[in-house]
Amino acid sequence: MGSLDLRGLILLFNPGKLRRAIALGFKTIWLHRLRSALTMLGIVFGVCSVIAMLAVGEGAGHEAQEQIRRLGSQNIILRSVKPTDDERISDEQSRVLEFGLTYNDMRRIESTLPSVRVLAPGRIIRNHVYHATRRVDAEIVGVVPWYTGIRNLRIHTGRFFSPIEIEGHVNVCVISDSVAARLFPFMSPLQRNVRVGSDYYRVIGIVESDAGAGQAAAAAGGSGGGNYAPRIYIPLTAARTRFGETIIRRRAGSFEAERVQLHEAIVQVDRIEDVEETARIVDGILARDRRQQDYEMVVPLELLRQAERTKQIFNTVLGAIAAISLLVGGIGIMNIMLASVTERTREIGIRRALGAKRRDIILQFLIETVILSGTGGVIGVVFGVVIPVVISRVADMTTIVTPWAPMLAFSISALVGVVFGIYPAMRAANMDPVEALRHE
Amino acid sequence: MSGMSIVTLNRVTKTYRMGENTFDALHEVDFEVRQGEYVAIMGPSGCGKSTLLNVLGCLDKPTSGHYLLNDTDVSTFDDDALSEIRGKLLGFIFQSYNLIQQLTVLENIEVPLYYQGVGAAASRAKAQELAERVGLGHRLHHKPSELSGGQQQRVGIARALVNEPLVLLADEPTGNLDSGSGAEILALFEALREQQKTIIMVTHDPDIGRQAGRIIRLRDGRVEEDTRNGFS
Ligand SMILES: Nc1ncnc2c1ncn2[C@@H]1O[C@H](COP(=O)(O)OP(=O)(O)O)[C@@H](O)[C@H]1O
Ligand SMILES: [Mg+2]
Repeated sequence: MGSLDLRGLILLFNPGKLRRAIALGFKTIWLHRLRSALTMLGIVFGVCSVIAMLAVGEGAGHEAQEQIRRLGSQNIILRSVKPTDDERISDEQSRVLEFGLTYNDMRRIESTLPSVRVLAPGRIIRNHVYHATRRVDAEIVGVVPWYTGIRNLRIHTGRFFSPIEIEGHVNVCVISDSVAARLFPFMSPLQRNVRVGSDYYRVIGIVESDAGAGQAAAAAGGSGGGNYAPRIYIPLTAARTRFGETIIRRRAGSFEAERVQLHEAIVQVDRIEDVEETARIVDGILARDRRQQDYEMVVPLELLRQAERTKQIFNTVLGAIAAISLLVGGIGIMNIMLASVTERTREIGIRRALGAKRRDIILQFLIETVILSGTGGVIGVVFGVVIPVVISRVADMTTIVTPWAPMLAFSISALVGVVFGIYPAMRAANMDPVEALRHE
Repeated sequence: MSGMSIVTLNRVTKTYRMGENTFDALHEVDFEVRQGEYVAIMGPSGCGKSTLLNVLGCLDKPTSGHYLLNDTDVSTFDDDALSEIRGKLLGFIFQSYNLIQQLTVLENIEVPLYYQGVGAAASRAKAQELAERVGLGHRLHHKPSELSGGQQQRVGIARALVNEPLVLLADEPTGNLDSGSGAEILALFEALREQQKTIIMVTHDPDIGRQAGRIIRLRDGRVEEDTRNGFS
């Protein structure tokens, strides 16, 4: 008796009757506005915090992922690193420290791995770049023409190098927009010359700043880190002829020379599924014949997976908090509905005497709970969508409200209404009509 | 005798259990009510009048015995079926009016039709017609708290009539009213009697007893006396 007969509920309630039941629900709730509003508050906060927290989490995750993605998920990035002091094997006589990736390494990778599509080897020289009296501390990067394609760097204006310029060791350069802003604040850099040391390079293009390079690795917990200066790009061949392979640095009163053939190389893999396997093999190839750890490998795909896992854990924790807050909201609603059922015992008796079946009473109270939690849910969704916008304005954070977050939060709140409404509704429906009518 | 038998009670007993003891609030009650009869049920307080009316109103089931309403034995009906009977065949009028406070006059009158699944427009029209019949055409959108006791009871009567019931059941409908309002209510009942409505009314008032064509006196849950037009 009094069990929830869903088939009966559906068959009994023609749309008109349901519509009037809903109208009655709204009316009753409006009659107890203050109480209803306070009851809804739990759900409003629950839903709103779920959406807002997910938006902040999603935004943070998205920023990290975007940086990593720009490194190229099909890429394996290799960088030369100076070995730590105790690992260092230097030629004491010449005082030249020789380390890093070599052209030979690249050839070995290419010949061993047929799935490797492109190698984009690069040389990085830290130096000052001048235009007139302006100066920027930059990384001068010698690269191949297809570098931008592999690194997903957008060219804002002008163009990147042509193979002919590579062949001819031509002194042209493409500067990142941050370099452009600092060297050419008042004019277009195109076709003007910048000076590095004693050489002049003609600017042929402006490319977006490669912010991803260092930060993404650091963000994802990679060992990269370091201080990355803004970059200017010159043909790899030009870099080789202008700078040679030995760089002399003045350090603590003495000179120190470093010889590095390649500072950076990018291995691009055809199929994304092969990336991690290929990375292992490349690591194997490079580790062979090496006496010192003088390179590091960054696999953006792995970083991406790691970032995704982090985000998933984050979302799970948020989900649990959300579930608890909605649970608390639901219990609040149930509490009020139980009080309401007791308070309206007489009304229930009257309705039963006038022909209401148990399921009519169940529906009436269930509708009220669902309206309470649903309205709370809608208000919560509104706040939940607005608050992240405010956060990103005020705190300069990226926030992303994915469409499913409000939908999920709202459905859960409606579900909370049904789940926590059932018990009070059943209590109401199972009252003895005679007793209910006698109730004061 | 006018009409056919609408209500038939056959050795109806209602037993309440009070701890170890049992107590018969109704004991083997037998009587029939025919179409168009106006019956007053009288007796001292606690004799079982309300219990009897609850059984007649399908709000309560007899512990034993049979209750035939319109030739159907409803003693064995389940809760849903009894609700259906209440909504379709019976009209209730209560001593304390029992209007739903948050609803207007019109909405209160409509409640039984709503549970019968009557559409909004039809039920509105019907409720308005009945409000006018009991003289409340000008109070349609008032809340019960804005009405006098007599007016509230007239809403109660309109509500009891709205589904055109077979039997009207009233439990001391004038019990809470001053004599003036009480007289107005009794005039309404008199009009209903003339329209051949079947009425069963619990009352303490001997005047009402005289107005009704038949008096059933209860004592300790038993029918003590059953008189028609002053004759046994
Ligand atoms: N739910 C109940 N439980 C126990 N005893 C009851 C219950 N309802 C009524 N009674 C008893 O049954 C008797 C008849 O009650 P009732 O029908 O209300 O009398 P009346 O309406 O004639 O005053 C009374 O003695 C009352 O105490
Ligand atoms: Mg009584």
